Amino acid sequence: MLRHPAGPRGGVRFDLSWPRHGLLRAWLVRHLQSFFFSLGLMARSPVSTLMTAAVLGIALSLPAALYLALDNLAQLTGRWDSGNRISVFLAGEQSDEDARRLARRLREWREIDAVSVTTRDEALAEFRSMSGFADVLEAFEDQNPLPAVLTVEPAARFADPATMETLAASLQGLPEVDTARFDLQWLKRFEAIVEVFRRAVYLLAALLGLGVVLIIGNTIRLGIESRREEIEIARLFGATNAFIRRPFLYGGLLFGLGGGVLALAILAAGHFLLSPAAARLVALYGASFRLLGPGPEVALGLLISGAGLGLAGAWLAVGRHLQATVPG
Amino acid sequence: MIEYHSVYKRYRGGADALRNISTRIDSGEMVFVTGHSGAGKSTLLRLTTLLERYTRGHILIGGHNLSRLPARKIPYFRRNFGVVFQDHRLLRDRTVFDNVALPLVVAGYAHSEIRRRVRAALDKVDLLSKERQFPVALSGGEQQRVGIARAVVHKPPILLADEPTGNLDPQLSREILGLFAQFNQVGVTVMIATHDLGLVREFGHRVLELSNGELINGQGAPC
Repeated sequence: MLRHPAGPRGGVRFDLSWPRHGLLRAWLVRHLQSFFFSLGLMARSPVSTLMTAAVLGIALSLPAALYLALDNLAQLTGRWDSGNRISVFLAGEQSDEDARRLARRLREWREIDAVSVTTRDEALAEFRSMSGFADVLEAFEDQNPLPAVLTVEPAARFADPATMETLAASLQGLPEVDTARFDLQWLKRFEAIVEVFRRAVYLLAALLGLGVVLIIGNTIRLGIESRREEIEIARLFGATNAFIRRPFLYGGLLFGLGGGVLALAILAAGHFLLSPAAARLVALYGASFRLLGPGPEVALGLLISGAGLGLAGAWLAVGRHLQATVPG
Repeated sequence: MIEYHSVYKRYRGGADALRNISTRIDSGEMVFVTGHSGAGKSTLLRLTTLLERYTRGHILIGGHNLSRLPARKIPYFRRNFGVVFQDHRLLRDRTVFDNVALPLVVAGYAHSEIRRRVRAALDKVDLLSKERQFPVALSGGEQQRVGIARAVVHKPPILLADEPTGNLDPQLSREILGLFAQFNQVGVTVMIATHDLGLVREFGHRVLELSNGELINGQGAPC
């Protein structure tokens, strides 16, 4: 005998409400179902899944690699030996002893990493060794016209042009000091080049991000197309838009995450292959430098942006489909 | 249960598919909708489940005016229907069990509950032994019975069928309509579109006859 739920008065109730009990549990169950369903669909066609993920990985790895290159470049700015020193020429009447005293005081400043002193005699010797100047000095007979010089190296985090300018100004303001100067022009040019490069990277990242959204959107659209019949039947039996959307959103999310993981692998491989060569190059310039690889920040950024872009692409694709199939 | 008040449906750029339909179907009633092909039988069923919106008039179901039903409530509205199609529209890449489970999965039932109800529905149509098979492995009559199991598994108060016996021989058709009659006996409101007038007469329920989009017979008492 067929049993049918009888309403309170024996009739069958027509009802527009939806179950309110165990909402959280039901929600979790639905999400797990969709998640594993999407994962299962991908696992069933591993080759095409991998190919899509590879395309996404390459697209994501490009801006990330350029970002890393920028990071390495910025690292170079800090290490450049001649660019970010301030030469402080003391006033003529200051003795070498005064210079050493001032140097000790300056070493206390938190903006300053190191101060070295060039005494007046040292300055004279240096000057003399440069060809052609010896005769000029003869004119002063036995008097040394050169002041003592302090070479100030700012701490790494105060090495940007703006801060150095302020630092130079306050050094200039000291009564013992005649002039404080540094090669601002050079630093500014370098910064300007880095800035152009940085903007190019942002632009490229935006374009490739859009590319990722479109690739995932298209992949998901094909998935929708191949399951059109199923979606139609599910809707006929009362599936909500959220129900239909969910597995595709998980699909996009998983594709994006997979692309992020692959991009990370590409970066790690690139770092592994380039590190020795970069070390040799820098060693030729006598600098100490280590090529930075993708750190946890970059890794997290890649995974999050991959997942986010995947979700966005899937949302667009499903949204368009749902829009096109509302009852007219 | 279902009330039609001067319902019109006009497709864009076309003639009226339905004109001035007024009738009511009581709760627990079983009616046949007949008429030549193109008379508007399918359209009437599609309007009733809001697969399409009607152009003029009103449809009231369970006291709810469909004109005022917001789009976000349509899914919950549809869960009150079981629908059977002429070509049964089973999903070929899913087992019989999964096909029948669909309305329950859509409504978010728990796993154990789904298993219990699907088994009960399959048992009712005598196909419990085939739950692991795919639809292609079944005969036409069996596929239609799977379609019926899917339509009743969530115990809807209203059962709609569009030419459910269209592809079946008279013997199988009689069996299928017999199933619908059984569901009707436990209180389900049943509405069947068919052109099989012989069978319709055999079952002796009220007949709504459509011709060129108009109801020419079986309106019953005006409402």
